[in-house]
Amino acid sequence: MTETLKRTHLYEWHLNHGGRIVPFAGWEMPVQYATGPTQEHHATRQAAGLFDIDHMGQIEVRGSDAEAFVNQMVSYDVGLINMHEAHYAILCYQDGTCIDDLFVYKLPDPEFGFKLFLAVNASNREKDFTWLNMHARGFDVQVDDISDETYMLAFQGPKATEILDRLAEADLNAVQRFTAVQTKLFNDVPVLLGRTGYTGEDGFELFLPAKSAVQVWEGILKAGEAEGVLPIGLAARDSLRFEASMPLYGHEISAAITPLEARLGFALSLDKPFSGREALLKQKLEGPPQLLVGFEMVERGVPREHYRVLHEGVEVGHVTSGMFSPTTNRYLGMALVKSELAKVGVEIEIEIRGKPVKAKTIKRPFYVPAYRR
Amino acid sequence: MNIPADLKYTENDEWIRVDGNTGTVGISDYAQDQLSDIVFVEIIVAEGETHKKGESCATLESVKAAADIYLPVSGKILAVNESLPDKPELVNSDPYGEAWMVKIEIEDASELDGLLDAAGYQEFLAKKA
Repeated sequence: MTETLKRTHLYEWHLNHGGRIVPFAGWEMPVQYATGPTQEHHATRQAAGLFDIDHMGQIEVRGSDAEAFVNQMVSYDVGLINMHEAHYAILCYQDGTCIDDLFVYKLPDPEFGFKLFLAVNASNREKDFTWLNMHARGFDVQVDDISDETYMLAFQGPKATEILDRLAEADLNAVQRFTAVQTKLFNDVPVLLGRTGYTGEDGFELFLPAKSAVQVWEGILKAGEAEGVLPIGLAARDSLRFEASMPLYGHEISAAITPLEARLGFALSLDKPFSGREALLKQKLEGPPQLLVGFEMVERGVPREHYRVLHEGVEVGHVTSGMFSPTTNRYLGMALVKSELAKVGVEIEIEIRGKPVKAKTIKRPFYVPAYRR
Repeated sequence: MNIPADLKYTENDEWIRVDGNTGTVGISDYAQDQLSDIVFVEIIVAEGETHKKGESCATLESVKAAADIYLPVSGKILAVNESLPDKPELVNSDPYGEAWMVKIEIEDASELDGLLDAAGYQEFLAKKA
């Protein structure tokens, strides 16, 4: 069976600008451009980077039961989210493991006062949509997958807000972190700007009409040219989120890992009912069997996903993500290990090509940007 | 893609520069480009050891993959580039110069006949593309 891969509206642009295209979550996406992932990574940390993330999904929930329904589904209490705010949450199976992680936005709606807007992972879009619809019976809600008409970009880095502010009608400096503003770019392109991201840097995620994708993409790159803004591929997107210790579905969270194990307590409102809550309460009481830790290689080596983690010669877990961290100039990783070892300063070994290589557990996140220090 | 005329190449993208009976070994510009940014180099042979053609002499890791580097000829290792593991990025920036990996005393010059010259390597890459 051959799967037909989807292409974003910027596919041709990527090809014409040195983008190397790879299959990712059913899409043909640029993994890097000509300058290479390391340079893209540094450009995002030092100036700003622009990301085509249109492969990500957007789901809108409208109706008089929108809040009650979404609250039943996601781990975070949506009732705590004010208008124009966004919060990170997990969609859990009944057993407490993860269907997906997502951002929930509360936005104005002319008919119902507000609607809930979910930004979800590309690889999980259809699964999420099916799961939500399966559970919508009995609620007065309309659940729509609006991914095709909604284009998603991210603009991240210490200079991102300043540059984007020059292009936007609204005053973006006044937009608080984890809130969104509906405004216009280049005088006439309607855009929802959420002050959040997946790099550890300040910046925005942009939701705009698909037909304006090329105009906005090229406009932002041009506006930021003098400051050193670059387009960023999937490889640097991964190293940036990794340094900020943000989970990636299929790595730090999955249908085999609970949010407690992934240490995502800030995404859980265990005092309200939601799918998976009972299992999570039980796991919290008993203590999770495994927990996520950060580690640094003591001996030289590149830790990679699935490598075994050893402690005193015995297997105690596995690496979920690992790489050379460009900003800290160290070989770092995240691993799920037996809970009793999940503390800072534990000597472990990572099995690299059959050879145990010394490492030690360290504090996460590995990188904290200037604006949060 | 830079393919210097004075080197010989393998189909695994190593190059060897022959000077008398000394060979200097590294990886080609094409190889570094395909691997993307190199973040780790380990040279796994040591000065004074004797190795056969085709044996692994170094391991590279890039942001996307690990790769083994093989000796294009047999012989005694005369030197290894000890500074390369501290500066793996040299493999990207100067694959034919500072990013040499090992120097080897060529045991049997006839082994060189089995390698590609620059034109042959170019043709090999063109077919692969």
